[in-house]
This record gives sequence, structure tokens and C-alpha cells, in this order.
Amino acid sequence: MAALEIVQIVGLALVAAVLVVVLRPLRPELALLLSVAAGVVLFLLVVDKVAAVVGVMRELAGRAGVNALYLGLILKIVGIAYIAEFGAQVCRDAGEGALAAKVELAGKVLVLVLAVPVLVAVLDTLLALLP
Amino acid sequence: MGANIDLILKIAGVGILTAVLHAVLEHAGKKEQAHLATLAGVAIVLIWVVQLLGNLFDQVKSVFRLF
Repeated sequence: MAALEIVQIVGLALVAAVLVVVLRPLRPELALLLSVAAGVVLFLLVVDKVAAVVGVMRELAGRAGVNALYLGLILKIVGIAYIAEFGAQVCRDAGEGALAAKVELAGKVLVLVLAVPVLVAVLDTLLALLP
Repeated sequence: MGANIDLILKIAGVGILTAVLHAVLEHAGKKEQAHLATLAGVAIVLIWVVQLLGNLFDQVKSVFRLF
């Protein structure tokens, strides 16, 4: 089943790439939108699988007794990183490297904000260990 | 799957159509209409892509529980 999916995905990417190359000299702005749409469609094709894997990870973490808060935090960080990366790559495709760098910076800041509670927990544990 | 590849082909079609329309109108000496046609094509495609992006962000939000 997964083998058929990859054939589908590669075929779609190939068609989209040819269309983008045809469109770029004629209408560069529409070529950019087309490549964005192709990227979104490719991700939407595999997002179900990602959801299944995430479900398995949650179940394993529950069985291993990992605090659900931390796993949720990690997944949130992965989601933020994915969206930020997507936006940055679109900006870079459009030739706006500076804008892409800002998007990446914003993603890093948001991840840092989410990670602060974990940092505080680590420091609390360290303080408890100290005599 | 079918709807998604349809959207990509639709966008490419609109792009080629606007390019041809732009060339024809410019050749006929109607620069204003040529630019308006280009703008209309970009706006239509932008609406589609924004809807698709909203769909993507909703999916990512629900997979990673980003609320």
C-alpha cells in the first residue's frame, strides 16, 4: 500500500514541477502559488500516516509512564517547526531570503516559549538534588 | 486525491490562460485590460491557495494538538 502511495506522490510532484517550470517565465507569481499548492497537496497526502504514528507514540508514552504533558509539548514543538519551515521555504522560493529568516526566527522564539516550562522543571529538579 | 490533483491542474490552467490573455490583450493595444486580467487570475488562484493552506494548518493543528 505504501509503495503505491509513493508512486502517486512522485507522479504528482513530477507533474507539478513540469507545470511550474512551464509557468515560471510566463507568470512567476502564479508559478509560486502553484508550487505552494503542490507542496500543500503532497503534505496532505501523508498527514494521515503522521497522525497514525503520533497516535502510536502517545500510546507508547502512556505505557512507559512518560508524563503526557512533555510528549504533548514535544509534538507541539514539532508542529510549530513544521509550519515555520514551510513558511520559510515558501518565502525563500519567492526570493525573499530576509523574510524567510524572520519566519525562522519567529518559529525559534515560539519553540523557546513552549520549552520554558521544561527548563523550569529541570532547574527545580536540580535544586531539589542540591543539599 | 482526485480533488487535489484537480486543483494543481486548475492553477496551471489559469496561469497559462492568463499568460495568453495578457499577450493577446497587450498585442491588441489594451494594456489596462491585460493588467486587469493578470490581476484577476492571481486573485482567483490566491483564494484557492489560501483555502488549501487553511486546510493544511487545520490538519497540522489537529495532528500535533496545537491549540
